Amino acid sequence: MPTYVRTDKCDGCKGQDKTACMYICPHDLMALDKDGSHTGHAMKAWNQEPEQCWECYSCVKICPQNAIEVRHYADIVPLGGSVQPLRGSDSIMWTIKFRNGTMKRFKFPIRTTAEGSIDPYGNKPMPKVAELSAPGVFTKDLMGGYRAGRPDELIRRK
Amino acid sequence: MSQGTFENPAVVEEELDILLIGGGMACCGAAYEMMRWAEAVKAETGTELRIKLVDKAAMDRSGAVAQGLSAINTYIGPEQDPADYARMVSNDLMGITRDDLAYDLGRNVDDSVHLFEEWGLPIWKTDDDGVRHDGAESINEGLPLLKDGGKPVRSGKWQIMINGESYKWIVAEAAKKALGLSRIEERVFIVKLINDKNDPSRIAGAVGFSVRTNTIHVYKAKAVLLAAGGCVNLFRPRSVGEGTGRAWYPVWNAGSTYAMAAEAGAEMTMMENRFVPARFKDGYGPVGAWFLLFKAKATNAYGEDYMLKNKDLLNDYPPYGQAAVPASCLRNHLMLKEMKEGRGPIYMDTVSALAKLRETLSPKEVKHLEAEAWEDFLDMCIGQCGIWVGENIEPEKKNSELIPTEPYLLGSHSGCCGIWVSGPTDVGAPTADEGDYDDVPAHLPRGWNWGYRSMTTVKGLFTAGDGVGASGHKFSSGSHTEGRLASKAMVQYALDNKDWTPELDTPVDQLAAEIYQPVRNFLEQKNYTTAIDVNPHYITPKMLQFRLQKIMDEYVAGTSTYYNTNDKMLAVAEEKLGMLKEDSAKMRAKDLHELLRAWENYHRIITAEAHMKHIQFREESRYPGFYYRTDKNFVDEENWHCFVNSIYDKNTKQWSCFKRKHVDLVDKSKLFKAAAH
Repeated sequence: MPTYVRTDKCDGCKGQDKTACMYICPHDLMALDKDGSHTGHAMKAWNQEPEQCWECYSCVKICPQNAIEVRHYADIVPLGGSVQPLRGSDSIMWTIKFRNGTMKRFKFPIRTTAEGSIDPYGNKPMPKVAELSAPGVFTKDLMGGYRAGRPDELIRRK
Repeated sequence: MSQGTFENPAVVEEELDILLIGGGMACCGAAYEMMRWAEAVKAETGTELRIKLVDKAAMDRSGAVAQGLSAINTYIGPEQDPADYARMVSNDLMGITRDDLAYDLGRNVDDSVHLFEEWGLPIWKTDDDGVRHDGAESINEGLPLLKDGGKPVRSGKWQIMINGESYKWIVAEAAKKALGLSRIEERVFIVKLINDKNDPSRIAGAVGFSVRTNTIHVYKAKAVLLAAGGCVNLFRPRSVGEGTGRAWYPVWNAGSTYAMAAEAGAEMTMMENRFVPARFKDGYGPVGAWFLLFKAKATNAYGEDYMLKNKDLLNDYPPYGQAAVPASCLRNHLMLKEMKEGRGPIYMDTVSALAKLRETLSPKEVKHLEAEAWEDFLDMCIGQCGIWVGENIEPEKKNSELIPTEPYLLGSHSGCCGIWVSGPTDVGAPTADEGDYDDVPAHLPRGWNWGYRSMTTVKGLFTAGDGVGASGHKFSSGSHTEGRLASKAMVQYALDNKDWTPELDTPVDQLAAEIYQPVRNFLEQKNYTTAIDVNPHYITPKMLQFRLQKIMDEYVAGTSTYYNTNDKMLAVAEEKLGMLKEDSAKMRAKDLHELLRAWENYHRIITAEAHMKHIQFREESRYPGFYYRTDKNFVDEENWHCFVNSIYDKNTKQWSCFKRKHVDLVDKSKLFKAAAH
C-alpha cells in the first residue's frame, strides 16, 4: 500500500543532514533521486518498490515538509479516501477523509515525556557482577514488576 | 579504508565480544540490560566489553513494533501468577510449549512494561469510578503509574491498552542511549553466521553488507544475539498487487533468524507451527479490542454466531477443545467451516456492539468510544483505516469483513516456531540425566538447560523474541524481556570465555564473494539480453519470491487449498523447493536494494523448507484451523504430544527431524472442563 511523494513539497531534505524518509523506512523503500534519472524530478524522494510498502507511515510522519502521503492500494481500495497524520512531540493529529466526503479528526497522545529526555540508568543502582547468574533483570527490586509466583504451582520443582 | 564500488566492495573487519543482530524489541531489551552489566564489569574488573548492535533498518522504526501498537499484550499484573500465563501459552499452542521459558518470561515481563511507562509510553488507566482514561489524561488526573498500583485498562486477561504510536521510538531511545551511537550500526544487513574454525559447534561471528555503501562487514564475536524477527511472505499473500506489502506481520521479517540459525547448526523447534490470524479483511487490522473491549461478535453472512453454532466441532480435539478459551487455531477451524460451506463472508458485527454500548453511555462517552475504535487501528494498522475510508465504512453503521490470512512463521505472537534454547534452572525443568528420545542426535544437549539462559545448541549463539521457539505469546513486552534475560547470560559467557579468540571457519575473501554473488550474476550477464529482467542466466529476487509463494501456497497448506496438505503434496513441494534452493544461487542484484531482497528471499527459502520438513515429519494435524494434513487429519496425543525439532547440515543442505519429550512444569488440567458429550 504505497506512499507517494508530492513534487510541490519535497525538497530532498537539502537543509538536513540526511534524507528523512530514506533514513527511517524500515523496508528500504524510500530513495532520493539525486539526478532525476528514476523519476524525472531531481533531488526529490520516491518510493522505489510500492508493492512492498507496509503502510507503516514512518516516512509520512517524519517528513519535515509533509510531502509524503498515501494512496491506498489500487488493487483493493476504491479511490478518494485519505488518512493523513501530523505528528508532534507529545501527540498526533489525524485527518480522515472518506470517499463520500465525510471527515473525521482525532488527536491522540504519543508520549508523556519530552523526546530525548530518557535517562536510561539515572536512578537505577549499579548491579554487582556476582549477581549475573542470579535470575531476573537488574531492575528487579526497583520497578515493582517481578511476579514471584506461588511455589506450589511449579509441580516438578524439588 | 578505500571506497568500495558495486563491482568491488570494500571489506571492513571488526572484533567484538558481543554482537547483537537486529534492532527490534528483543535487541532493544538486550541492549538496555546488557550495557548496565557491562558498566558493572568495567567498574569491578576494568574490562571493557566490545559490544555492537547491527540493524538492517533504523532502530527508531525497525522490527514488528515499527508502526506502533494499541496494546501491550503481555502484562501479568499483581493479581495473576506466572503459572497462569504459562498455562495460557500452552493452551493456545495446543499443549506443546516449554513451560520453563513461558514461566520465566511471565515473572519478569512487567518490569519492562514499568520501564516503558517511566520512559514516556502513555498507558491507559481506570479510575476508582471505573472510568477509563488515556495515557496522557491519566497523568493529568493524577492516577498512579502501574508500578505504584495504577490500574491498567484490560482489553483481555493479559492485554493492556496504550497510546502506542511512538512505542518503538521510546523503547529505541532508551536502548540507543544505553549503547551510545558508536556501538550502533544501522542499514547493515547480516546474512550469515560463521562457525568457529576449531570448533564447528561454536559461533565465531557474522557477515553482512551495507545497503547504503558498497561495503561488506565481517564481525568476529564470542557471543551473538540473533533476534531478527519472524517470517512473512513465504506464502502467497491474499493480495498480490500493490497490496502485497499489506502483510499482517511486518513485510520486512524475512525469516533471517531461522535461516541463519539453522545454517549455523542450531537445533530448531516446532517449525511446523504457524500463525494464521483471523483479521479484518484486506487491511488486517487488529480484532482483539473489538472482541474484548467492545464485546463484538463474529458472524457468518447470515448473522449466525459460528462459535456458538459450531461449538460441537471442538469436541473432536480433546482435551484442547474443552478449554474455557479455545486455542486460536480452533477458533479459525470453526470459522473455516462456514467459509467452506458457502456461508461467507464472515463479519465482525461492529454495528450491534457499538449500539449496545451506546445504550448506557453519554454523548461525550460515545464520542470517546468512537475515537478509541479508530485509535486501535491508527496506532498499529493505519492501512485498515485506508480500507474503511475508501469503502465508506463507519463501524457504527456498517459491519466489516473478517478473514483468515496467509500463514506466518513467528515465535513471539500466537505462534511458537523458532530455535531450541537453554532455559532457567529454578523452575523444575527436565535435567540432562532424565534422558530423551533415542533419536535425538548425540551431539545435542539433553535436558532443558545447558549452562546459559537463552543460548541455542550452538555455543555462543543466543536468541530472543521471534527466535525462541516452543513458547509464544510474549509479544512486544515479552520480546523485550527475553532480550534482557539473554543479555545477562551473554555477558557471563563473554567473561567466562575472556581468553578465547574466535577464528572464522571460512576465509574473508570467500565470504565477501559469496555475499556479492547476486551482484556478479547481474554484472556478468546483464548484456546477454535486451530486457534487464528476462535473462536465462539469472532470476530476479522478485520472481524467485513469487515461485516460493506459489509452491508454499499450493502444496504446503496455503489459502488456496483452505490450509490443506498431505504427504503427497508435501513430497511435490520438497522437490520443487529443492530446485528453488539451487536456483537461488542465480539470483541477481542490480543494486544494493535488490541485494537486500536477494538475501531476504534466500532466508525465506530456508525457513520455508524447515516448515515443510516439520509438517512432513509430524504425522498428525496439531493445529486444526492453521493447517490440516488431510492424510492424518486428527490430533494424536499418544504419539505426537512431543516437540518436533530439527537440525540442518549446511554442507549436505539436508534437514533431520526428530522428537523431543514434552514435560509439563505447571498443572494443565486446570484449563479444561469435562467434555460436553
